[in-house]
Amino acid sequence: MRLILELALTHIAGRGRQTIVAILGVALGVGFSIAMAALMQGTEKDFIAQLVDTMPHVQISDERRTARRQPAEDLFAAAQFEGLRPKEDRRGILNPAAAFASLRSWVPGRMAQSLRTQGVVRYAGRDVGVSIIGIEPETEARVSSVAGDFVEGSFDSLRAGGNNILIGDRLARRIGASTGTTIQVVAPTGQSRGFRIVGQFHTGNVARDEGEAYVLLKSAQILSERPNAINDIRLRLDDPEAAPRVARQAEAELGYKAVPWQEANESLLEALVVRNVVMYTVVGAILLVAGFGIFNIISTITHEKARDIAILKSLGFTQGNMRRLFLLEGLALGLAGSLVGWLIGFVLCFVLSQVEFKVSGAAIGREMTNLPLFWSPWHYAIASAFALISSGVAGYLPARQAARLNPVDIIRGAT
Amino acid sequence: MSLLIEADHLTRVLPATVPVTLVRDVSLSVDEHEFIAITGPSGSGKSSLLYLLGLLDRPTSGHLRIAGQDTSSLNDDALAHLRLEMLGFVFQFHFLLPEFSVLENVMLPMRKAGRLSSTAMRERAASLLEELGLAGHLDKRPDQLSGGQRQRVAVARALANDPHVVLADEPTGSLDSKSSEQVFQILRDLVKKRGKTVIAVTHDMDIAARVDRRIHLVDGRVVSDERVAQAAV
Repeated sequence: MRLILELALTHIAGRGRQTIVAILGVALGVGFSIAMAALMQGTEKDFIAQLVDTMPHVQISDERRTARRQPAEDLFAAAQFEGLRPKEDRRGILNPAAAFASLRSWVPGRMAQSLRTQGVVRYAGRDVGVSIIGIEPETEARVSSVAGDFVEGSFDSLRAGGNNILIGDRLARRIGASTGTTIQVVAPTGQSRGFRIVGQFHTGNVARDEGEAYVLLKSAQILSERPNAINDIRLRLDDPEAAPRVARQAEAELGYKAVPWQEANESLLEALVVRNVVMYTVVGAILLVAGFGIFNIISTITHEKARDIAILKSLGFTQGNMRRLFLLEGLALGLAGSLVGWLIGFVLCFVLSQVEFKVSGAAIGREMTNLPLFWSPWHYAIASAFALISSGVAGYLPARQAARLNPVDIIRGAT
Repeated sequence: MSLLIEADHLTRVLPATVPVTLVRDVSLSVDEHEFIAITGPSGSGKSSLLYLLGLLDRPTSGHLRIAGQDTSSLNDDALAHLRLEMLGFVFQFHFLLPEFSVLENVMLPMRKAGRLSSTAMRERAASLLEELGLAGHLDKRPDQLSGGQRQRVAVARALANDPHVVLADEPTGSLDSKSSEQVFQILRDLVKKRGKTVIAVTHDMDIAARVDRRIHLVDGRVVSDERVAQAAV
């Protein structure tokens, strides 16, 4: 129906200012929702990226989730146990070398093993409780995000001598030590040794900067009197999204609890879901308001064009023609609004991405940052689909009404 | 040969708390080549009768046959189609679409009918307008024309699809006497030269005196339906 389309476009073009207002209404709705979606998804992705970056993707510890299968269950079919809890046995991962080797054979990514124990750092009369993590410098550097956060020294510095230690900068400040100082470390076993600080790191995470100390794996084993023991294997995967699958497989294979980062941060990720709901509600509301704008403009045009409807119907145009005419007007406004909205959204995203601001480095470990924006064609498609649907509906309702108008009523009213 | 329009006891009641009867039990028949004026005082139902005859409105009771076809059983789309093919309207106010040029306005019914190529439509519209003395105004907008010129454009549009009947509702009602005379001459030529039937509602006694047949309404009822003896013009 080229004729109907032409009539629709002529009507729209004939109402310059109103048309511009209507198109701008839709365009602002579409543009802002695109920018909003880009910003929300961008910050979410940025947040998750940081999470994924600082956390091991899968952490395998020497805990078990469920009790071991009882020997009686293997022997007797009728045997059944309930209410069993895993034994509190923190002796470390059994046969670590074999476990490590078997993981290495299939895990897509890098891995590091460590022995984590509690201890007290003592210097100048001050005692501070810390986690003492015994590591192998070469594998740890490829798995831990701390590798990139050293203010002084590095993981490699540990290898320079037997009793070296790396601590967080806040811990150093708290006990008044600096690089080169020798501090005393006391383990729960009663073992006590002097360690020389060979480096400091600053992750931005207070708990780590104040409560973690890295020593060689051997030193940690000696301190905790557990030769050859490890109680922690951390995986850094090529694809962080594969973590749950890898964790399941590792857990099935080793029997030890393997926690993917998604599980470790469940509450944070749940908060993101809530945030997304809020975001889509806001975006939907913006589009809904734009939809009402279209509704308003189309009904106004319809009422103003009542005379044209009477004329066209008297000439032999049908109700269906009239319905299509005003529906097309709504869709044309929606389409034009979408296209302008894409432009507005694009420009808004660009401007937002140029904004630079300072955040105190402690929170995220970076001093200067830009707004993270995520560009997705889906944002554009969804926003304009919504705009088109709402403008279609907004056009259709008055269109149906307009089509039913009896030309005689209008002509009588006019004469 | 069947008559062009046959009205059989047409009644139109406006539903309201107090129903208003616009047209009361009107029966009449209209043949080809007739030039008919419907006259009567204000509120006598002249226009309402015209709308019924023009299929713009449906009678509350009674039947209307156009070219032998009973219209009471037709749906709205079929009525719209009959209007497109058989009837042309001229209203008191020109009722042209203001956003379209004169030529486009005249082409509109042809485009709706979709029988001609666009060049043929353009040629036909232009020749209709030229015959009505609007040769130099084809590309103007309606609001750039005088009242008489607009009314002639409306006549051209009514003729676009070569209808059998042209229905005119007070076609000279808003024109000065000179333009009125022009429009009257055009309507008369439609009957005399093109063989159309013209039914015009009019207040203008001067026009009513010069048609072939005069139907006088009072209170929605036909009180007289007489042929007028014409002096040679």
